[in-house]
Amino acid sequence: MPTASEVKERIEIGIPGSDAEVTSDDNVHFSARVVASDFAGLSLVEQHRLVYAIFGEGELGGSIHALALTTETR
Amino acid sequence: MTDQPENPLRDALADAISSNEVILFMKGTPEQPMCGFSARTCAALTATETEFASVDVLADPRIRQELSSLSNWPTIPQLFVKGELVGGADIVGQMYESGELAAVLGAPATAGDEPLPETAAPGSAPPLQIENRLS
Repeated sequence: MPTASEVKERIEIGIPGSDAEVTSDDNVHFSARVVASDFAGLSLVEQHRLVYAIFGEGELGGSIHALALTTETR
Repeated sequence: MTDQPENPLRDALADAISSNEVILFMKGTPEQPMCGFSARTCAALTATETEFASVDVLADPRIRQELSSLSNWPTIPQLFVKGELVGGADIVGQMYESGELAAVLGAPATAGDEPLPETAAPGSAPPLQIENRLS
C-alpha cells in the first residue's frame, strides 16, 4: 500500500515543478491538492488527466482506491 | 487497435452520451448511490435542479472498462454534458461551489450558495440500462 508521502513524491516527479499536498488516513483513500504551472491553459478535466496519468492502469480504483483531487495553476 | 471492429457496448455508451444532454455514469442509482463520490455528484446535480440520465456502471463490469477507454478518464462517477466530459466528483463539486456547474448546465445561477445536501433527491428518470443492450 502506498503512503501519502509516496503518492506526493510520485506526483511531484510526474509533474516537474509541481507541489502536492497529500493526505490519507488509511493509505487507500487519498486526498491531494496539486499546484503546478503545467496546468496553465488546461481545462480542469485536462489538469486531472495529467495527475491520473502518473498512476498505472488499474492503480486508481485498485491499490489507490480513491484519490480526491484539487488542482490549481501556479 | 483490436481485431474486432465491432464493439456494441462502446457504441451503446457513445449513443447514450450523445443522446442525453446530461448523463451521469455512477456506482448505483440516484435513489441508491453505492459510493460517496457518486452520491455527492448526484447531490450537486439535484441541487442545480437539473434533470439527468444515469447509468449504473456496477450493472456490468464491462461498462466501466469501456467507458474509461472511451472517455480517457479512470474513475467513476463521470458527468457528461452535451457530449463532453465535464469531470468526476471533485470537478463537479468544485464547479458546483463556484457556480460554474449551473452555467454549464444552463440552470439558474443561484446554485453554489447552499452546502450540498447529504443525500441526493431521487432522480427524475429511471437509470438507463446499458447492460440490456449487451449480447
